[in-house]
Amino acid sequence: MQNLCLMIVLAPLVGAVVTGLFGRALGRSGAHWVANIGVAISFFLSLSVFWRIVIEGELTYNDNLYTWLESGGVLFQIGFLIDELSATMMVVVTFVSWMVHIYTIGYMRDDPGYQRFFSYISLFTFSMLMLVMANNFLQLFFGWEAVGLVSYLLIGFWYTRDTAIYANLKAFLVNRVGDFGFLLGIAAIVMYFSSLDYVEVFGNAHNMASIKISIWSGHEWSLLTVVCLLLFVGAMGKSAQVPLHVWLPDSMEGPTPISALIHAATMVTAGIFMVARMSPLFELSTMALSVVLVVGAVTAFSMGLLGLVQNDIKRVVAYSTLSQLGYMTVALGASAYSAAIFHLMTHAFFKALLFLAAGAVIIGMHHEQDMRKMGGLRKYMPITWVTCLVGSLALIGFPGTAGFFSKDAIIEAVHVSTTPGANLGYLACLTGVFITALYSFRLMFLVFYGEPRMDEHTRAHLQETSVVVWGPLVVLAIPSLIIGAIAIEPMLFGDYFGSSIFVDSKNDVLVRINEGYHGVVGFVGHGMLQAPFWLAMAGVFVAWYCYLKRPDIPRRIVERMSIVHRILINKYGFDAFNDRFFAGGARGAGRMLWRVGDVGLIDGIMVNGSAKCVGWWSSVIRHIQSGYLYHYAFAMIIGLLVLLAVFIHGVAG
Amino acid sequence: MVADLPILSLCVWVPLIGGLWVVFAGSRMSTNAVRNNALFFSVLTFGLTLFLWRDFDNNVAAMQFTEKLSWIAQFDIFYHIGIDGIALPLILLTSFTTVLIVLAGWEVITDRVNQYMGAFLILEGLMIGVFSALDAVLFYVFWEAMLIPMFLIIGIWGGPGRIYATIKFFLYTFLGSVFMLVALLYLYRQTNGSFAIEDMQALLLTLPQQKWIFVAFLLAFAVKVPMWPVHTWLPDAHVEAPTGGSVVLAAVMLKMGGYGFIRFSLPMATDAAASLNGMMIGLSLIAIVYIGFVALAQEDMKKLIAYSSISHMGFVTLGFFICFEIFSETGSWTGAVMGIEGGMVQMVSHGFISAALFLCVGVMYDRVHSRQIGDYGGVVNTMPRFAAFMMLFAMANAGLPGTSGFVGEFLVILSAFKASFWLAFFAATTLVLGAAYTLWMYKRVIFGEVTNAAVKTLEDISMRETAILIALVIPILILGIWPAPLLDMMHVTIAQLVEQLSQSKLP
Repeated sequence: MQNLCLMIVLAPLVGAVVTGLFGRALGRSGAHWVANIGVAISFFLSLSVFWRIVIEGELTYNDNLYTWLESGGVLFQIGFLIDELSATMMVVVTFVSWMVHIYTIGYMRDDPGYQRFFSYISLFTFSMLMLVMANNFLQLFFGWEAVGLVSYLLIGFWYTRDTAIYANLKAFLVNRVGDFGFLLGIAAIVMYFSSLDYVEVFGNAHNMASIKISIWSGHEWSLLTVVCLLLFVGAMGKSAQVPLHVWLPDSMEGPTPISALIHAATMVTAGIFMVARMSPLFELSTMALSVVLVVGAVTAFSMGLLGLVQNDIKRVVAYSTLSQLGYMTVALGASAYSAAIFHLMTHAFFKALLFLAAGAVIIGMHHEQDMRKMGGLRKYMPITWVTCLVGSLALIGFPGTAGFFSKDAIIEAVHVSTTPGANLGYLACLTGVFITALYSFRLMFLVFYGEPRMDEHTRAHLQETSVVVWGPLVVLAIPSLIIGAIAIEPMLFGDYFGSSIFVDSKNDVLVRINEGYHGVVGFVGHGMLQAPFWLAMAGVFVAWYCYLKRPDIPRRIVERMSIVHRILINKYGFDAFNDRFFAGGARGAGRMLWRVGDVGLIDGIMVNGSAKCVGWWSSVIRHIQSGYLYHYAFAMIIGLLVLLAVFIHGVAG
Repeated sequence: MVADLPILSLCVWVPLIGGLWVVFAGSRMSTNAVRNNALFFSVLTFGLTLFLWRDFDNNVAAMQFTEKLSWIAQFDIFYHIGIDGIALPLILLTSFTTVLIVLAGWEVITDRVNQYMGAFLILEGLMIGVFSALDAVLFYVFWEAMLIPMFLIIGIWGGPGRIYATIKFFLYTFLGSVFMLVALLYLYRQTNGSFAIEDMQALLLTLPQQKWIFVAFLLAFAVKVPMWPVHTWLPDAHVEAPTGGSVVLAAVMLKMGGYGFIRFSLPMATDAAASLNGMMIGLSLIAIVYIGFVALAQEDMKKLIAYSSISHMGFVTLGFFICFEIFSETGSWTGAVMGIEGGMVQMVSHGFISAALFLCVGVMYDRVHSRQIGDYGGVVNTMPRFAAFMMLFAMANAGLPGTSGFVGEFLVILSAFKASFWLAFFAATTLVLGAAYTLWMYKRVIFGEVTNAAVKTLEDISMRETAILIALVIPILILGIWPAPLLDMMHVTIAQLVEQLSQSKLP
């Protein structure tokens, strides 16, 4: 198993290093072959690991590879933990990554940075695999920051664009704010558990449940609450939860394949994965779960609303991603970890599909991203249209699609959950369904239906994209349709995750849902009678009415509700506030500390001031240095007498 | 055969004598011969230090490779040298950096090449001498002598404001070390006439005595680190120094301060350190946070990296002085080991990373003759290879895991948490601040459209420059991916130090 794991992580790493260092020598096709073969190896081997662990039920593999260092009695190691959870993630990551590798061949065909791009996405695959396969917090943090690095490099891939290099710096820094909390959480774990190993820490968690620590004097906090909240700050950064979500919409400045791979399917779900992995800790702190739930609910609802007012096709999908991440977080807060991972998986497929479809549209439209200039593309790009429709249906949770099962499970779970804040979560998720349907089909109708609104030249050149582009769309459409029906039973109600996820029996909402579950067909039938389905249908209907039937309505709504519209267009003011308060404030503080502290006080008064003092003193002293010998002799005698006096006094004393 | 040679002495004297040779014989050689000679001596010294490393026994706490000869008999002053797990990594860092400095000045320095190269070789010998001296007088002589070549390097090959910078540098460091001399003389009397550092460490002293000693040492070492508020000489010195000067200053000379704390202040004035540690921790946090903000405001790349150095060195002093706080919080000394080891790793790592960044600025300065961030922009378009290297170094400076920059900060933050949540909180702000000032600079210098003619005509790095940068990439990555060998080198020594710290020195 160890060799297998090593091959899985090293294959993409080799791909990244070879294409990165020898890209020019390899040429373009050489580079994409190397990278594709690397990730394909990784995918097939992951599949075999998945087979052995999940299907054949082989025991969890947990072993250290090497000791990173040892200090102060704590061992820092690098190693792999392969259980049902990591095996699932490995397959999802390598599969989506491979599809994106293929897609890239077409999407980046004319880009001068072709080899560099392959190097980055292979490096990303390596980092993400290290993250999900880790058996300890150190390696988790390694992978965590490494995917952040690659995300930074890829958002700024077109490094001459001002918006891109602004966005990538923003993404890195906002993620660093999350990592700041994450690192403190890890430090707390090291302090109290003296270990970074998952198994050891989780095994000891119960003994720590009663420990209280005081951060502000007079306020006692449960240790595990503090640890979980700190770790969750990390998850909020990576999984873009309010208020650390601000980087994700801007990350759309990167090429579309990475929006699909990194900023929708895999990296941004790392926070979800992490919390699920830490379920033995989170289960011991109701307060932490409650915070998770509320943050998720706020994200799911408020970010969905923003999707309604975007005109850039990629941004609509980006806000949709934010909202869906909120759903997953809500599930985590409701202790429905397996539902969160289930939705993570289905979302990875259909959201990657949607992004790649959006990318295909962008290629077809000659890099036009404004939906107001599209329309009627259905006739010109039928495969893109059908696959995008599949993705949208899955996203809104149309009965039978993958998204239906996972989203319904989350809504049901939060409905029966007793975690404080669950009511709010339920409300947010329900209204979220309507909003999701509305923005998704707004996109569908604006892009694929109605009258073409693009200029003549673009329309004349509209055509279906090449096979490397639509191929992955088709391949991703299949799981987007069927994976839900296949996986719901084992994942949610079976023993799929085994011991990799821990749920306290008092929080186990899925057991309660299971009582009313009677097979897939029953679940679908049941779902069609429930509120979420009708809300989704209502959303589709409103989208149809407002954007196809009566396109004048949205404009009138905007005029009528201009304040609301302005709030949404300004994204609730987060960006403006951050720019002014944090970015501007930090620069201002830096300038002030430097001017006043360093230049003014320390250098100006203390250093140069004392130099001036010396100068002044010496101009006084100069008069004493008269050049007359008897002056000097006199001074010497006086000095000698003083010294003698001190000496005698010292001896006598 | 090698085993029979006084190999540590060779590490000190080969570069010293080699440097003198290059200066004096070099005046009659061709410039190329001078360069080759300098390279030969620096590589030879590096090779000798590698022998030290090979024969060094990680499991021995006592000094190794010791040599002891009588020097000034009537005062019991000895030529006494030896190394332990604290000195060895710093010596390796010194000899490694010097090779790079010789290479970095290869075509760039055309004026008085023999003196330039010679000064660096002499400086190397003196620095290795500081790290290996076991006699206080010998230590002091090496320590003060170091100032002379450094003074000349900035004063002769420096920029337009070099006179102000050199005088500031000299006064600061000299003033500080005068107090150290007083302290050493005082300790000499207390030991009844021994200058052996070991004897001084064993002395029992009252708390007021210890406090005076501690403060005297503090003045010397805090200037070198440098700690806030005696740090303002460093940005000025860096800005004016030639690239090689900046590299040696950042990579090695700042480490003298940290080394001094760990060799003198902590073991000799333990109780004073324990009672004054609140101040030391406070100053370290100011360095990390305050200087982090100040770095954001810099428009001059070298100044920015200089401030970044001060901020990163804050982790060294924090790691060292947090041990008492950890002990009083947790009642155990095991956590203290992590902090001190973290500080040591940070010193070594900062040596590589700051050297790399200063070399990067040097590469650009050699072409454009400006250090102002505003004079650049879009460098990646004309120097893609260079941009890739600098990306890696910038990320290392921002403490990215997988690079050496992460290891020390990580260990210090972990141990700071044991002392107090808030200490860790403020220390961890470097995660955001460090990334902000480093990557913002990178963005403004490297990314974007080409904005001016100077950048448009830039040529990518030459083979020589590439080789230097690769030489730095290797240790930065290795230490990031597998720091255990470096830690193994220090474990026993630091365990012994912590053992010393756990015992009161009060009579």
